[in-house]
Amino acid sequence: MSQQPIDNAISKEYAAGFFTEIESDTLPPGLNEDVIRFISGRKNEPEWLLEWRLEAYRGWLDMQAPTWAHVNYPPVKFDEISYFSSPKSLKDRPQSLDEVDPELIETYNKLGIPLHEQAALAGVAVDAVFDSVSVTTTFRSKLAEAGVIFCSISEAVQEYPELVRKYLGSVVPRKDNYYAALNSAVYSDGSFVYIPKGVRCPMELSTYFRINEQNTGQFERTLIIADEGSHVSYLEGCTAPMRDENQLHAAVVELVALDGAEIKYSTVQNWYPGDAEGKGGIYNFVTKRGVAHTDAKISWTQVETGSAITWKYPSCILRGDNSVGEFYSVALTNNAQQADTGTKMIHLGKNTRSTIISKGISAGKSSNAYRGLVRMSPRAEGARNYTQCDSLLIGDRSAAHTFPYIESRNPSAVVEHEATTSKVSDDQLYLCQQRGLDAEKAVSMIVNGFCKEVFRELPMEFAMEAGKLLEVSLEGSVG
Amino acid sequence: MMLKIDNLHARVDGKDILKGLDLEVAPGEVHAIMGPNGSGKSTLGHVLAGRPGYQHTAGSAMLLGQDLLALETEERAHLGLFLAFQYPVEIPGVSNMEFLKAAVDSSREARGEKPLDSVSFMKRARAICEEVDLDQAFLKRGVNEGFSGGEKKRNELMQMMLLEPKLCILDETDSGLDIDALQRVAEGVNAMRDGKRAFVLITHYQRLLNYIEPDHVHVLSGGRIVRSGDKSLAHELEEKGYSWLEDVA
Repeated sequence: MSQQPIDNAISKEYAAGFFTEIESDTLPPGLNEDVIRFISGRKNEPEWLLEWRLEAYRGWLDMQAPTWAHVNYPPVKFDEISYFSSPKSLKDRPQSLDEVDPELIETYNKLGIPLHEQAALAGVAVDAVFDSVSVTTTFRSKLAEAGVIFCSISEAVQEYPELVRKYLGSVVPRKDNYYAALNSAVYSDGSFVYIPKGVRCPMELSTYFRINEQNTGQFERTLIIADEGSHVSYLEGCTAPMRDENQLHAAVVELVALDGAEIKYSTVQNWYPGDAEGKGGIYNFVTKRGVAHTDAKISWTQVETGSAITWKYPSCILRGDNSVGEFYSVALTNNAQQADTGTKMIHLGKNTRSTIISKGISAGKSSNAYRGLVRMSPRAEGARNYTQCDSLLIGDRSAAHTFPYIESRNPSAVVEHEATTSKVSDDQLYLCQQRGLDAEKAVSMIVNGFCKEVFRELPMEFAMEAGKLLEVSLEGSVG
Repeated sequence: MMLKIDNLHARVDGKDILKGLDLEVAPGEVHAIMGPNGSGKSTLGHVLAGRPGYQHTAGSAMLLGQDLLALETEERAHLGLFLAFQYPVEIPGVSNMEFLKAAVDSSREARGEKPLDSVSFMKRARAICEEVDLDQAFLKRGVNEGFSGGEKKRNELMQMMLLEPKLCILDETDSGLDIDALQRVAEGVNAMRDGKRAFVLITHYQRLLNYIEPDHVHVLSGGRIVRSGDKSLAHELEEKGYSWLEDVA
């Protein structure tokens, strides 16, 4: 089969590409200590937090951007980025949805997430981040009844300063890596979740991110704390409008699962990948990490289809005995997209267990790399890891790479690694077409079949969405 | 006329394989295409079905009055052409059920009908499983994933029964089957003979024709049909082999 049908099927214009005109209160481009003082001041932050940010910034100045990832892009010009932007009409936070800028609501409608309807219908509390300021939070009271705190991190700094101070940077230290340090210095906003002891969060918590202001780096900070024996499922999903200049996104997500707690963190990521040549797409350099204490469990599920460049390794530190870490990932790249993604499972406690299922799909002339580290520490008696890493190639110009790192310092630990690479073959397409399916439907079915093990880990309502997302992302990929 | 092929020429990988093939198949008829290896038997099936890379260079093929060769592969399927593959491929992770439902629905959609509801579909799929003696667990397994040779062939038969095509082309369906499996497949095909549906059996050996009785037998050699006759021709071939026909070609 020729490349043509695949190309036609993948080359559809980005469906969520539109731009909302809302005046923003944007800081001029550039980064220095005054910018950090401005951000901190605007947020009315306590002195310790300003110092924390400044310390991260000073650390960042001495660091170098990492170059080990299997991606190529021009150096990011940090002095051309504006580090603060908030929708102007929202300087004074609206008290209800009626007070929200109608254009903002319109944007959500275009994305198919009418805030109140969706929240009401799906029973999902949405903390919508529009640029850098959290616009509105719904279902807060219902969550409050259960004692669950779900708010913007800026708000948490004001209202729950002890919790923030105790856990902020406890999982991802502020100088952990280049982008995490940058985030720590300038993070604008993000979500904060606290689930009290023994509480099962009564609903899925969900945040929709949307990068909107041109040239505004987006530095989200998410902190989720599940106290002893509690349970929470959190979903993060995003789309972004079409634009010409590359946008930097350097988020940090920290998860703390205390004894016996369980955190399930699911991501459906569909940021603008750039045009067919990769121009204008989002740079997604994210640090996501969780610490699991005794008998706790952290599960990451991600479906990554967007961004020009993805650099992302949701990781688990299995600190407590019997703790469990899971990573289920589907990463799809098309056209000129580049992804270097995977996970780290750091086994510290006894009888810790981890599972990694990674599915990489490369179409067009994209490059897709899995990079995973499994480390068994000397005291990780009886620890086990199982890794399965499958790559699927579509067409003959795409690439898949696998970089597994295994470090075992405990002879009783067991590490299993399986990897496969396959192609959507012409014969498979022919079989499907002879039975009446068109090429696009056939590819989408084959790819969905390939991803099945990961999709079934997603919350039900999002599993359907994920399948649909892959279908849209693969348009033009069949030849 | 169900199928009318006129002076068909076709090329694969830059090599001319079919060189002026004529064939007419009326509704309800069973035609056997026999011939030595490399004579172009399988190529004929793939050219008619629209396999990418199988290029027709001259001549025509009409199915139910429509220019078959101008249609996309899936459109030919919608028109009622079914090819049972000699080597069915695996599609890991895609369940047989999902695949079959998508196939049935795409043909319905092409006819302007609504997708079959899941309950009716399952009912039919289960009934057909029973008919071809396939365990219903096969519906849940990946398409041909880990199937034995015989199971793959029966799976093809099941798809054929479910899709109810107008013209069935069976490409060496008998290869790799033991006698019991062959008989079962033949029974399935015979059950589908309803006086309207037509069959083209592509086979190297005569033995399939012991179980599915053809109306016409053709010998393909050098990309053309060099001899046609009734079922006695098949027996003649069985005795004499194909070499005596080379001279005719």
